[in-house]
Amino acid sequence: MRLERRHETSRAALVLAPIGAVAFTMVVSALLVLWAGAPVGRTYALLLQGGFGSVFAWSETLTRAVPLILTGLAATVAFKARLFNIGAEGQLFAGALAAVAVGGLHGGAGFELAPWLLFPLMMLAAAVAGALLLLGPALMKNKLGVDEVVTTLLINFIVLLGVSALLDGPMKDPAAMGWPQSVSLQPDLELGKLIAQTRVHTGLVWAVSLAVMMWAIFKYTVLGFDIRATGANARAAAFAGVPATRTVVLVALLSGALAGLAGAIEVAGRTSYVTLDMSPGYGYTGIVIAMLAGLHPLGVIAAGVFVAGVLVGADTMSRAVGVPTYIADVIVAASLIAVLVATLLTQYRVRLR
Amino acid sequence: MTDLLDILANPAFWVAVLRIATPLILGTLGVLLCERAGVLNLGIEGIMVAGAFTGWLAVYAGAPLWVGVGAAALTGMVFGLLHAFLTVGLALSQHVSGLGITLLATALSYFGYRVSFPKVNAPPTIAPFAPMEWLPVPILNAQTSLTLFALLLVPAIAWVLYRTPLGLALRMVGENPQAAESQGVSVAATRTGAIVAGSALMGVAGSFLTLSAFNAFFFNMVNGRGWICVALVVFASWRPGKALLGALLFAFFDALQLRLQQSGDAVLPYQIYLMLPYLLSILALVLVARKASYPQALMKPYRKGER
Repeated sequence: MRLERRHETSRAALVLAPIGAVAFTMVVSALLVLWAGAPVGRTYALLLQGGFGSVFAWSETLTRAVPLILTGLAATVAFKARLFNIGAEGQLFAGALAAVAVGGLHGGAGFELAPWLLFPLMMLAAAVAGALLLLGPALMKNKLGVDEVVTTLLINFIVLLGVSALLDGPMKDPAAMGWPQSVSLQPDLELGKLIAQTRVHTGLVWAVSLAVMMWAIFKYTVLGFDIRATGANARAAAFAGVPATRTVVLVALLSGALAGLAGAIEVAGRTSYVTLDMSPGYGYTGIVIAMLAGLHPLGVIAAGVFVAGVLVGADTMSRAVGVPTYIADVIVAASLIAVLVATLLTQYRVRLR
Repeated sequence: MTDLLDILANPAFWVAVLRIATPLILGTLGVLLCERAGVLNLGIEGIMVAGAFTGWLAVYAGAPLWVGVGAAALTGMVFGLLHAFLTVGLALSQHVSGLGITLLATALSYFGYRVSFPKVNAPPTIAPFAPMEWLPVPILNAQTSLTLFALLLVPAIAWVLYRTPLGLALRMVGENPQAAESQGVSVAATRTGAIVAGSALMGVAGSFLTLSAFNAFFFNMVNGRGWICVALVVFASWRPGKALLGALLFAFFDALQLRLQQSGDAVLPYQIYLMLPYLLSILALVLVARKASYPQALMKPYRKGER
């Protein structure tokens, strides 16, 4: 088998490749539906209906999309510079904890500040917490050559255990009847609803704005150029005068901050307190979303909404036909692999010899 | 202090060390084979989950225990073949392919478990491997034959790597694929073979959890052990003997934290003790970072005729 680089890749192919790959994945996953003994057509119809079939479905999907878009952006920023940040899950929890520590009512730091001052402070704390968590692995990679994938992965476990210790101890809500749950955010720090009677909150506006902002940074700033140059060829970039360490540090801060904000916005928009199950792996799913989007910040919005819809729809579908919800995770993971292959085929021709 | 001595003097402690070390030895050897051939395999975490599940499912369905181990190895090989196709055949990012396989293998295993047992809360159990009581060696006679297999595998893999033409080819492909190709060694075939064999070991490592250490399949039972194996390979500077040493050292501290946690007078929250293995892995990575001698072609895709 031999790969030959194509001379040019059309824009249409770049957009169609992920769509085709996801469609292919859905067809293959139908085998799993059959294994579970459910009718394929009805199962998929229920999946789509549950995710996108009504105002309520859309509101749930968009609610779920908020943290996914943010962790997807975190992965996008880092991966563009070839900093493989797999630690978004831990950074999300660090951000959520920091938000509650600043904006928590009784057991929090108890800042007596006006909400308009406390709110930005809370978001800043979350961003800083997430950013600092990635700074160590980024510097270890840059200065010592320690693979950041393994360090960021291991740190996720450490952070989750730390969160568990804090929720059992100092940050535990005494009113939570013994559940490991943090104190709640002050009510005036919570995000407003976008649609009345649903859970969609203004965090969606934050996520979309941040995506547009990232797109602008990549397209129009020197930092964006440095990130793209480092990602394309680190040695050539250094030779051309791109400050390698500074770029990696800035990328780490930006990526970690986005994941930290994902945690704070989840708390402020949806849960109002931190629990260990507030994220069913949003950090890891963010990686898939970044790849589905071809590392394009605006594509992350679309990919985030799509994946959120599949996850939300799987709940409805599972209740109706009894196919385990894990099928959504299979579809998401298999899509990642299929999209990788499809994207490659837009750039290379495969010659069998 | 006397507490610590009491713990160390108790044979049960050393039995635990060897038991905790076994999946790490198998997984680390698996990662080592892949990386020596120049391919990172982050699929290990998911392959261990899949191995734990399929090995247990086979035995639950009535197969003998060793057939369960074989089923786990076969599962590992299938995912290894997928990883080889993506990273060797298509030269895709080894990081992303491995993570994708971890997500896929985990999701498929959990899906398969739920389809097979839709309504159960307590996972059904099997009769796991029995300890080798006939063996006249203390500590080891409290282990199962899978542990003995893992221990014997260390010299076996060292011998293959350093004393056979196959091992030479494998190491060469990881250090300098161009040179290997010019010697008539097929880079693609050698790498594929190494990934498939390494992934089989990862599957077996997972099956140890369900067929020997426990007697059932639980969600999250692998719990980062795969990532620790990836860290251990760096710590071992890609040598089988040191991999054994690293796994044992690591298991020693893990068993110690368990005992300290249970000894009642633990002053810290239990989560702090549970953090130790992960902190230790990061520390090990940092300590050996400066002198780590990565296989030169690790993570570098090889395309014939391109450089």
